[in-house]
Amino acid sequence: MDNFETVEVNTDLLIVGGGMAACGAAVEASYWAKKNGLKVTLVDKAAMERSGAVAMGLSAINTYIGIKDGANTPEDFVKYVRNDQMGTVREDLVYDIARHVDSTVHLFEKWGLPIWKDEKGNYIHEGRWQIMINGESYKVIVAEAAKNALGMDNIYERVFIVNLLRDEKDPNKIAGAVGFSVRENKFYVFKAKAVIVAAGGAVHIFRPRSTGEGLGRAWYPPWNSGSSYATMLQAGAEMTQMESRFIPTRFKDGYGPVGAWFLLFKSRATNAFGEDYLQTQAEEIKKWEPYASAKPVPTPLRNHQMIKELSEGRGPVYMRTEEAIKKITDTTPGTDKDKKKRLKELESEAWEDFLDMTITQAGLWASQNIAPEEKPSEIMASEPYFIGSHASCAGAWVSGPADIAPKEYTWGYNRMSTVQGLFTAGDGVGASAHKFSSGSCTEGRIAGKSAIAYIKDHPGSPSVAPKEIDALKERTYKPLKTFEQFKGLSSDSNINPNYIRPKMFLFRLNKIMDEYVGGTSMWYTTNKPMLERGLELLTFLKEDSEKLGAENLHELMRAWENYHRLWTAEVHLRHVMFREETRYPGYLYRSDFPKIDEANWKVFVNSRWDPQTGNWQMSKKPVIKIVE
Amino acid sequence: MPSYVITEKCDGCKALKTTACQYICPNDLMVLDKEKMKAYNREPEMCWECYSCVKMCPQQAIDVRGYADFVPLGASVTPMRGSDNIMWTVKFRNGTIKRFKFPIRTTAVGEAKPYAEYKPGTDDLRSPLLATEPDSLGLSQLSVPKK
Repeated sequence: MDNFETVEVNTDLLIVGGGMAACGAAVEASYWAKKNGLKVTLVDKAAMERSGAVAMGLSAINTYIGIKDGANTPEDFVKYVRNDQMGTVREDLVYDIARHVDSTVHLFEKWGLPIWKDEKGNYIHEGRWQIMINGESYKVIVAEAAKNALGMDNIYERVFIVNLLRDEKDPNKIAGAVGFSVRENKFYVFKAKAVIVAAGGAVHIFRPRSTGEGLGRAWYPPWNSGSSYATMLQAGAEMTQMESRFIPTRFKDGYGPVGAWFLLFKSRATNAFGEDYLQTQAEEIKKWEPYASAKPVPTPLRNHQMIKELSEGRGPVYMRTEEAIKKITDTTPGTDKDKKKRLKELESEAWEDFLDMTITQAGLWASQNIAPEEKPSEIMASEPYFIGSHASCAGAWVSGPADIAPKEYTWGYNRMSTVQGLFTAGDGVGASAHKFSSGSCTEGRIAGKSAIAYIKDHPGSPSVAPKEIDALKERTYKPLKTFEQFKGLSSDSNINPNYIRPKMFLFRLNKIMDEYVGGTSMWYTTNKPMLERGLELLTFLKEDSEKLGAENLHELMRAWENYHRLWTAEVHLRHVMFREETRYPGYLYRSDFPKIDEANWKVFVNSRWDPQTGNWQMSKKPVIKIVE
Repeated sequence: MPSYVITEKCDGCKALKTTACQYICPNDLMVLDKEKMKAYNREPEMCWECYSCVKMCPQQAIDVRGYADFVPLGASVTPMRGSDNIMWTVKFRNGTIKRFKFPIRTTAVGEAKPYAEYKPGTDDLRSPLLATEPDSLGLSQLSVPKK
């Protein structure tokens, strides 16, 4: 390891990640740090300008409450999110997002994000909580504000964090993080008094529907490798709701957004016989009362209706774009010319919806000669994803806002995990769905201020033993060493009994998860014996992770990403095994416990991996309402 | 559709330390073949088709060919990104061409001011108010749940 220079960076607050939550954290923390003479450093594995889940852009902001206009209240939002997630959300966290998020959206607009407005200057809503934007440069703009707040000297790009550091004097206290440059032979040691992990959700835990070139066309970006979950878990942080995977129903294969079609254009989706599956399957979801009767019907239940339709052989399911457009133009007042003008506008809006955020879907339509005003388009339920910011709840168990959270949810600083000084936001925070881009940025801001308050109260410098750093450095570069040592044995470096390359490691993980933990090939269904067998196979894979081999720094990044995926997969499996009911049909079915069980399971499922003993502990935590 | 580099147009961004595509790719896919002075996508099956490289290439040397495992051949989607708008040309397999133009930002590049002109509301680190609040909320105070 002599040719890898060690670079030590000493800072007060370290932000891991560069997406929406990390940018929010950077903006807010910089403000409070400056007032208090503290330093903030951000580390991103990519270039902030186009990193994270919003890299490509977005066509809508999905969380805007409209408090100042009296459109909705934070209480309304809590009720909506609570029902969508089948009763299991941390209402203190959801409320906290709701009361701050409008402020973030107003900042976006000032920063330069074009938001659609009507003649009176009001935002145009896609749905009750959603507003339409011209969002091609959404991330570029938000990253620019974050960079301007931080200063370029405090930003490290193309450095991938592999491990968090724990304080040698207090193992339940954070001390920083280590990682490596994916471009240079440099090993980075960041020593920090507090760390905000905002490294996104997890993609490619399960085998995706497209496994050839289209492997990369995941709904959520393929660079979201579960680093938030894996690094926090290994630092000893308690996690919550890791059984809560997300199955987005999207336009088939391209995974283009359906929100504008369902909400703005009021389109129907019909089965092979032209029937609306929400109607044909209306009785089916009544097994999940009281949630099924509320409006809107929860996302998992709507998924369940579609999955049932498809698995029982009544597919394909089509979004009736042609019907929706005809209906809108037919009811447009005025002359034929007015109707034609409206049709033109609708066409442009429909294409922008894809071009702003899922360009592939536009290409797919063009390749299949699909003009939405003429031809319906197929939709499908995807493979499972892990994401704390969308219609699912995977993430860390964090302390709530002191002024509104029940005491059971408060042990210190807002958005701090159960590890002292370790904060998280966005996809990293569990049991708090429906944040989306604006709420994630908002949560980053909340964590940013809170982390600075923590540092003011805990000014002691972090302490890490040099031998621990040496060991981590050795471990970080081990896949390079393994590859170098053994590559000569075979004439083809891909086939070698001494190591496994990251790509095959990924495929092995995907296959186990898909077949045993309820992936698409099993229609999201599993049971206890399947999970036990899955865990057995996953344990072999974990042992084999010691034999990951990487040819260069890029492949080394893949090796570590996949190691993070492995941890995410294991914690998911353990949560699925623990929750003995089917609370989220359409996302996950336990065939041995096919019903919802309100008496025993209207709780959060938490887990902790103990860094001292290597043991897992599972527990139930109460769901406490703060809004009636 | 993974991105690919058109040999004839790519000049390897010869004056720069890293190529534009290498700088921007969120998944670290684009690399420069230093002998040929041509960039290429080293892991097309990990490409999200985010078009960041396509939009940024100073030579317009990067294009996208639909994922071969599910996209029929013959269509193309081509952006032309300016400082405040983007123009898209969508070519169908059957030859139909559609063109769309959308705004992308309302401020000059580099001018995103982190706290805008909002008034600070508090100096108290313990207050739940964030830097620009309550001014940026358009309210006089932060909401708390109704009892």
